[in-house]
Amino acid sequence: MGKLKIIFSPMSLFCTRVEWALKLKGLEYELIVEDLRKGKSELLLKSNPVHKKIPVLLDDGVAIAESKVILEYIDEKWKGGDYYSLLPQDPYERAQARFWAQFADDKCVFGAGEACRADDGLEKEKAVETTIESFAYLEKQIEGKKFFGGEKIGYLDLVAGWIPFVLGVLEEAGGMKIYDAERFPSLHEWAQNFSEIPLIKECVPPRDMLLHNMTARLSNLRSLAANKP
Amino acid sequence: MAKAGEVKVIGGWPSPFVMRPRIALNLKGVEYELLEEKFGAKSELLLRSNPVHKKIPVFLHADRPVCESLIIVQYIDETWPSTGPSILPSDPYDRATARFWAAYIDEKWFPSMTGIARAQGEEAKKAAIDQVVEGLFLLEDAFGKISKGKPFFGGDTIGFLDIALGCFLGWLRVTEKTHGLKLLDEAKVPGLAKWAERFCADDAVKGVMPETEKLAEFAKLIMAKFKAPPPQ
Repeated sequence: MGKLKIIFSPMSLFCTRVEWALKLKGLEYELIVEDLRKGKSELLLKSNPVHKKIPVLLDDGVAIAESKVILEYIDEKWKGGDYYSLLPQDPYERAQARFWAQFADDKCVFGAGEACRADDGLEKEKAVETTIESFAYLEKQIEGKKFFGGEKIGYLDLVAGWIPFVLGVLEEAGGMKIYDAERFPSLHEWAQNFSEIPLIKECVPPRDMLLHNMTARLSNLRSLAANKP
Repeated sequence: MAKAGEVKVIGGWPSPFVMRPRIALNLKGVEYELLEEKFGAKSELLLRSNPVHKKIPVFLHADRPVCESLIIVQYIDETWPSTGPSILPSDPYDRATARFWAAYIDEKWFPSMTGIARAQGEEAKKAAIDQVVEGLFLLEDAFGKISKGKPFFGGDTIGFLDIALGCFLGWLRVTEKTHGLKLLDEAKVPGLAKWAERFCADDAVKGVMPETEKLAEFAKLIMAKFKAPPPQ
């Protein structure tokens, strides 16, 4: 068995979900930190030539890219025996988990990002409204359950895991509000339970670091847009 | 063995995404009922079964819906593991590779192909075509590495990645015809060009791949519909 490494940034919850998965499986790994401000490293460009993005998992030098693909890889390679299961065993339940993971990334992450980025006014209002609708679907999914995975956290919890840590930061940096405990009580309870799990919270940088990073990225984006011919 | 009437696909003949579960079911030899959606009007059943996206295909297994074409294909593979060939490879790294390229095809390559029709002006059209060709070069390279000299991405038989890409061949041909292009050029992407022929000739695909002429007619119909002035 070779060495496991993640090409990584602590500022990216797409990367953190991979770290969480490895910890749940009880696997040893090394973090190769990409400094996103300095441009892309040779290793990253070589390991993920198609998208040039993090996270990339290196398993004995072999590269696997795309966070949800990496999660399934980790789950399938280290399975059975005492290994923690990320995805459910039943094919129908697995299909549901995959469906909602795709939805959570395509609609909730993307929507919250758009709402954060959008300039004040109609565009921002619309983005917030659409994202709230998407979150309402997720609220329904967690209703009556402790975790998306049931009694214990699983694949969908890891994919949705950015919500307790990053959504508030996006809202503050972007000057908008999507989430509140009254509107999404089940999601709120899930977020509290999830974020208190030691192996989960120990991988997430402090909130003010995330906020600082997000604010810097947003202002960078805005100055790029302003300087467009 | 699925009981008669237990397996259904809500779909439409022109949709490449609907082809995916149909090919998978054919590979597994599982009988199913096709519930053809009428273009322009969504059925009650569709809206009820896929309230989130309201899109085809929807797979119904004993009335339980599964949505999103590639998720459906994986469900089919996992539900009927002992019948027919395995659709996903058995090795975790090969599975990850197949999923990676399937995601690339859906998120980057297919949108670039529809981008050709949407491009406004010659320059934008050329840029769109270049993007598609660039993608085909990437896929040609991937085919070489993944197939390892065998006829399909999946090896001896059609697999997940063959289905993910192959379903777009009909629309690819329509695009070539409409814009006078040769995208799957044997001189440029020989591996893929020959793979495409094998894919379309396969028993699991033959009956579900629409004829290019029929698709081209359909394309004209929807273009006209989109360009038509909105109803009063």
